[in-house]
Amino acid sequence: MAISARPRQALAIAGAIGLALSATACGTGSSSNSGSNNADSAECAPYEKYQGHDGKTVTIYSSIRDLEADRLAESWKQFEDCTGITINHEGSGEFEAQLPVRVDGGNAPDLAFIPQPGLLARFAERNQLKPASADTKAMAEENYPADWLKYSTVNGTFYGAPLGSNVKSFVWYSPKMFQEKGWTVPTTWEEMIKLSDTIADSGTKPWCAGIESGEATGWPATDWIEDVMLRTQTPEVYDQWTTHQIPFNDPRVAEALDRAGTILKNEKYVNGGFGGVRSIATTAFQEAGVPITQGKCALHRQASFYANQWPEGTRVAEDGDVFAFYFPAIDPAKGKPVLGGGEFVTAFNDRPEVQAVQTYLASGEHANSRAKIGDWVSANNKVDLANVANPIDKLSVEILQDDSSVFRFDGSDLMPAAVGAGTFWKGMVEWINGGNTASVLQGIESSWK
Amino acid sequence: MNFDFAEQSPKLMMLLWGLIAFAVVVGGLLVLLDAVPAFFARRREARLVAASASGAPLPGRSRSREGLFATFFLLPTILLLMIGLVVPALRTTLLSFMDGGSQNFVGLDNYRWMFADDAIVRVLLNTLIWVTLVPLVATSIGLLYAVLVDKARMEAVAKSLIFMPMAISFVGASIIWKFVYAYRGEGEEQIGLLNQIVVSLGGEPRQWLLDSPLNTLLLIVIMVWIQAGFAMVVLSAAIKAIPADIVEAARLDGVSPWQMFAQITLPSIRPALIVVVVTISIATLKVFDIVRTSTNGNYDTSVIANEMYNQAFRYGQNGQGSALAVFLFVLVVPIVIFQIRNIRQQRREG
Amino acid sequence: MTTTTPPVAAGTQDETPTTRASRVRKRLNSRTATLVAIVIAVVWTIPTFGLFVSSLRPENQIKTTGWWTFFRDPEFTLQNYQDVLFGQSSGSGQLANYFVNSLVITLPSVLFPLAFAAMAAYALAWINFRGRDWVYIAIFALQIVPLQMALVPLLSFFSRGVSLGGVTLMPAWNLDGAQNFAQVWFAHTCFALPFAVYLLHNFVSQLPGDLMEAARVDGATHPKIFRTIVLPLIAPALAAFGIFQFLWVWNDLLVALIFAGGSDVTAPLTVRLAELAGTRGNEWQRLTAGAFVSIVVPLIVFLSLQRYFVRGLLAGSVKG
Repeated sequence: MAISARPRQALAIAGAIGLALSATACGTGSSSNSGSNNADSAECAPYEKYQGHDGKTVTIYSSIRDLEADRLAESWKQFEDCTGITINHEGSGEFEAQLPVRVDGGNAPDLAFIPQPGLLARFAERNQLKPASADTKAMAEENYPADWLKYSTVNGTFYGAPLGSNVKSFVWYSPKMFQEKGWTVPTTWEEMIKLSDTIADSGTKPWCAGIESGEATGWPATDWIEDVMLRTQTPEVYDQWTTHQIPFNDPRVAEALDRAGTILKNEKYVNGGFGGVRSIATTAFQEAGVPITQGKCALHRQASFYANQWPEGTRVAEDGDVFAFYFPAIDPAKGKPVLGGGEFVTAFNDRPEVQAVQTYLASGEHANSRAKIGDWVSANNKVDLANVANPIDKLSVEILQDDSSVFRFDGSDLMPAAVGAGTFWKGMVEWINGGNTASVLQGIESSWK
Repeated sequence: MNFDFAEQSPKLMMLLWGLIAFAVVVGGLLVLLDAVPAFFARRREARLVAASASGAPLPGRSRSREGLFATFFLLPTILLLMIGLVVPALRTTLLSFMDGGSQNFVGLDNYRWMFADDAIVRVLLNTLIWVTLVPLVATSIGLLYAVLVDKARMEAVAKSLIFMPMAISFVGASIIWKFVYAYRGEGEEQIGLLNQIVVSLGGEPRQWLLDSPLNTLLLIVIMVWIQAGFAMVVLSAAIKAIPADIVEAARLDGVSPWQMFAQITLPSIRPALIVVVVTISIATLKVFDIVRTSTNGNYDTSVIANEMYNQAFRYGQNGQGSALAVFLFVLVVPIVIFQIRNIRQQRREG
Repeated sequence: MTTTTPPVAAGTQDETPTTRASRVRKRLNSRTATLVAIVIAVVWTIPTFGLFVSSLRPENQIKTTGWWTFFRDPEFTLQNYQDVLFGQSSGSGQLANYFVNSLVITLPSVLFPLAFAAMAAYALAWINFRGRDWVYIAIFALQIVPLQMALVPLLSFFSRGVSLGGVTLMPAWNLDGAQNFAQVWFAHTCFALPFAVYLLHNFVSQLPGDLMEAARVDGATHPKIFRTIVLPLIAPALAAFGIFQFLWVWNDLLVALIFAGGSDVTAPLTVRLAELAGTRGNEWQRLTAGAFVSIVVPLIVFLSLQRYFVRGLLAGSVKG
């Protein structure tokens, strides 16, 4: 976030020497690197179309912080240098709760990276978002599959392109352990269940899971259900479910729950390294896969971003300490369903420099610039696989760019927050904690108005 | 660490401005208050002289002048409270009659929703348990400790041990206690202190946070852990404010420590005791960080403030969130009535 | 705010004639008392101590074994502190920067409510005007208004100003950079006042009436009584409130997130520490060290304000 340290330093020294009273005038500090504009160099050729906003500042608010935020800032550094636009990014763990407060309070950021299409739709319906410019829209349509763009389109108006993505249909395992024990990576659901039985018979609980995540407790279980739902039903039924065209307690949803329950609520299968079924509810999702590295558990279903959660020194690779395989399909006739998530670049202001940044973030230049820095996945089809170093990211990008994949967005992020971030999460916690499928689904259904 | 002092100068300058503003506002008010009445006093004196010359009766200490003083003393507080709290409270009340997006009026729907929900009864009950237990236990422990370490050796250190939890934020405290309550299956190595103790005593590890109503009590422990420090600090200050001669006289009479506590200490610190109980009660009604961080209201542990936060800030249901907030306002009414009676009594005694 | 009242020697003479039996009982009493105090202190300290030990352990160990195993098998590291203080990410390279921000936010946010509330408390207790009890009760009742409900209107007050029927009564503040601190001070002061007035009123109204009366007979005006008599006498209460307000502001995340604008120019330590865990909380072991880095300053404040809790401060001047 220390974007323009050097020019500011000079300014501040002047202040310290004795121009003390000018403090109120020079307090801004961040919009002062317009002097470093070297727009004419060859490196800047790709940014030509974004020129003309020298000295302007664009503020961005997101839930991305620490190391990832630094990498993001690095990814648009050259854009800033070439265009003279300063991007002030702020990441917060309270993003979902704070953004509406800022918007309602008249202090909205210029751009926000919104990870929930449901929240995006809420802002759009209250007329608080600005529609994306024609340039942004063209750029997005060129670079992203239509599957993705429909999630940022509300009532026919397009509000912004995706940025980062993640693939959730992964099962983490230890290649080393598999090799030692002579197990093979399953490619169908039956193989996976058979493998689970083999492992269980060998005296190890095959699966480990954890859904505790502070105020977001429950979300990993909703991912499980969605992933299974996408495998037992067609993508169309999945869409009807997330848009409430079929009730939440539809028998088809109950079937998905019960199917997931054959693993998650099976005392023989879970919860390796932690205890029984109920311990899933109190195990932090960050630690849930760790028993794999200790040989106490063999399988852990979690998204691609779990690569960053492994203890330091764990090698993530196909022949390393841990890796992930694609969560197998149940019915091969339904294709290769992929559950995923990501964030959308949406605008609360339509100043030209804001639109320029919004367009740039949808471009292949930015996607590759960010991919080169590492640990990043995007559905942007301009991403060059050669720029993706991390094996799990590579696998994710391959799956996202694969034409046979049927992509669907994380369902709980599509539902209204009161359900998707409320009763659905809570219902899953109750379900893990012993609640029966019918009454849990009934409870969620009655909360969806 | 590449700490650049020059970079800090605009901020320090801002701090300086803030302090200057403070001096100007507060000092200015007091000086103004000194100057204005003096001016009026001179005029009054002149009038008095004139009046006595004409033989009229002397006017008393004017009540309106008292009012003028009061206005100036109260002005900053009332102004800030209007902007910062009164307007928001009125707005919240208004929003509680509107829909989730605050677009249309929906009448009493939000209140109906509140009482139609089965879970809300549980939430109310929990809030009641919280607001009964926390002030009682926290104040008792704080008082006990304040009395015990009063004048003891290393009093400052002893007090800062109890005070320390207060210096940790609610969220931080909840994380600490989540560690204490952590669970690992039987046979696994425990990482939570409580289960480790249970296991080393030969018991079976338990999922502390899953079982109602024990889990609510365990969350209350966190709040007590934090608030006992508050109670201790205020009560300790009150104990220290008991006039030394009273204590001395009692000691000369040879009273036992228990009698001293019941007959001297307790009556003398009664006002402070009320402050502590009332303050902790209100803080408890409003607390949500602990529940949110520990269980997010799952397993029958939710309280009203947590529901309010979820509805208004996470679910985008401003109407329902506001209705819950208004309900909190209502819950504080008994405390307000108690306070009114209290102040009446004080006036009668005084 | 220095006290001018000479500290009165505390009653330390223990030469009261006592029988042998009572002396024994007393010793027993004090022994149980000490024991109970120690038990409370230990129970209260253990969770924090566990966190402290954890902060010195490597990430793997924290996540897989209990902190007490540290003593059996000590594996010691300063990595967590290194991460917090010097960090891997560019922002965290300047933790001192956030310390300064916290300090700049905290000082005025403590002083303003302290002064305003002391004045209000005095007026409500000792100036006789109509309706004062109702004003007091109203201020008291405002304590219940949840902070969260006040965020949107107050933010709107800063960013849009106040207008009534198209007439602008107050323009938007339009602050930039370090000026944003003013918003934070304003917000903290508003939110602190009900409790401050309540706490201080209780102390101020306990002051002996004859003292005020005597001063008034001598011709002292309200401001003079307030400055020369009341303020020194309520020093312990001021110190107590000062401590709480300091803690509240120092530990606050919510108000800072909304009003400080979040950039590294104004964001306080809490905002930085909250970021340290990473986007998905994968580095949460850093929070253990972070908690101790941020706890140091409040503890220093507490220990240094302790000396204002002096026995017999009142006794010297009252009812002699």
